[in-house]
Amino acid sequence: MGFEKFIFYIFSAILIFSASMVITIRNPVKAALFLVLSFFASAAIWMLMEAEFLAIVLVLVYVGAVMVLFLFVLMMLDINLNQLREGFVRYLPIGIGFAVVMAVMMIMVVGGDGFGSPEAVSHGPDYSNTHELGRVLYTDYVYPFEIAAVILLVAIVAAIALTLRKRPNTKHQKIEKQVAVKRNQRVRMVSMSSEERK
Amino acid sequence: MIEWITSFLSFLPTEVVTVIAIMIKIVAIVLPLMLAVAYLTLAERKIIGAMQVRMGPTKVGPRGSLQPIADALKLMFKEIVIPSKANKFLFLLAPLLLIAPALAAWAVIPFQPEMVLADINAGLLYVLAVTSIGVYGVIIAGWASNSKYALLGAMRSAAQIVAYEIAMGFALVGVLMAAGSLNFGDIVRGQEGYGFVNWYMWPLLPLFVIYFISGVAETNRAPFDVAEGESEIVAGFHVEYSGMPFAVFFLAEYANMILIASLSAIMFMGGWLSPLQGLLPDSVFDIAVIGTLLGSGIHWFLFKVAIFLFLFLWFRATFPRYRYDQIMRLGWKVFIPITIFWLLVLGLAILAGLPPWFSAA
Repeated sequence: MGFEKFIFYIFSAILIFSASMVITIRNPVKAALFLVLSFFASAAIWMLMEAEFLAIVLVLVYVGAVMVLFLFVLMMLDINLNQLREGFVRYLPIGIGFAVVMAVMMIMVVGGDGFGSPEAVSHGPDYSNTHELGRVLYTDYVYPFEIAAVILLVAIVAAIALTLRKRPNTKHQKIEKQVAVKRNQRVRMVSMSSEERK
Repeated sequence: MIEWITSFLSFLPTEVVTVIAIMIKIVAIVLPLMLAVAYLTLAERKIIGAMQVRMGPTKVGPRGSLQPIADALKLMFKEIVIPSKANKFLFLLAPLLLIAPALAAWAVIPFQPEMVLADINAGLLYVLAVTSIGVYGVIIAGWASNSKYALLGAMRSAAQIVAYEIAMGFALVGVLMAAGSLNFGDIVRGQEGYGFVNWYMWPLLPLFVIYFISGVAETNRAPFDVAEGESEIVAGFHVEYSGMPFAVFFLAEYANMILIASLSAIMFMGGWLSPLQGLLPDSVFDIAVIGTLLGSGIHWFLFKVAIFLFLFLWFRATFPRYRYDQIMRLGWKVFIPITIFWLLVLGLAILAGLPPWFSAA
């Protein structure tokens, strides 16, 4: 067994363990932390496949930003664990339905001819994964890429529009007004003659 | 020296020898770093002391020079108190999660040409990804302590770090555009030419300032240290920590400061490059000692890092702590729009081949 395979099996074991802990552990915060661990392990496996750009971006975006926000929300919630355990049997058919649909989708994508994946192509040390990905993304797939960007922008604007509500009665600090203030609006210079001490 | 050791160990399998060589290099980076962290705490107390017309530590060793050693010994022998309702495993894991990324990022930092542990192509991305993990140490510390103040500190820190990471990332996109590479060695080499005139700090000046301020915010230093906020939430996320776990938080904060300082030096001030190389005639650099001192080398890198570290301390002594909503406003409404605008300007400058920075490409 080569060194690379050894590393692969270590990280696969971590990935499978943490992924199963995500769905079995009771505490939502711990589940989120296990999800972080599984992201990390899968990033390591991608790194072994010489997909270093995707691996680093997975850590950067999902571990570094998305899961932080997840944890942020989870920690604020006061979750009643007993309530979470209710209705397991009731929701079971729906859960099984979703699981079947997802399994079918995954088999359709990676199954059949795709599943026995060909030998991973190895490149020399000069090969830059980031460079190649950028070249393809901005030439062959430039329109899908730009359209995806616009869709994301629309989603951002929509999310902000949904949470934006005007509360006319609250007191807000208007920074631009504070900055624009002049001295004579705040203090008044008074000239007066000195007074005798009484 | 590495070659000498590897030849000495040639009876072992090559994988083992490689691992040993890497281990030696890691020790050669981490040991001086830890020493630098220890003496940065002394420098902080001395410099802020001087700014506030005090003496700073004077008792331990000549002029207080052994104070960090005494502090470290004291912290090592203190009891580790674990709150009874805390999650013990996560409570002790949190400091490690904070210091591990702070040390791991040093793997790609070039100290001088060819003097780098891992000369990888995606160095810039790697640093960005690794440093973004550090926030988990703070969040987990806050949550596992099972304390109100700690949780509040963790919340503040999480929101702040996510906000400033975006501005930081955009500033680094500027560096990436200017250098055309994610490799730190190439980024430094891209700044060669007319000495300090060719450094990226001039064409990228707004990004440089934003990067450094975001760096101060990312390391939870004053004036952005609301995660600790002594006046409101005691000590924030590490309020329940004592002894060695507390010391590890401290180490991580200072290691992160040194990391941000060296990243700023590499990306905007030419890393190991001398500010005079290319300005003075070449014959000056052939003079025995003066030439080596004036020429490029690791001493310039360390000097630039020291400048940025001094700025960190200076900020702490000068500015009052930001109010929380003002921090958020600065990050989201000021820094991010400026960086996006400057990326457009930068794109035009690169397209026009603005000399002396972008003319060669």
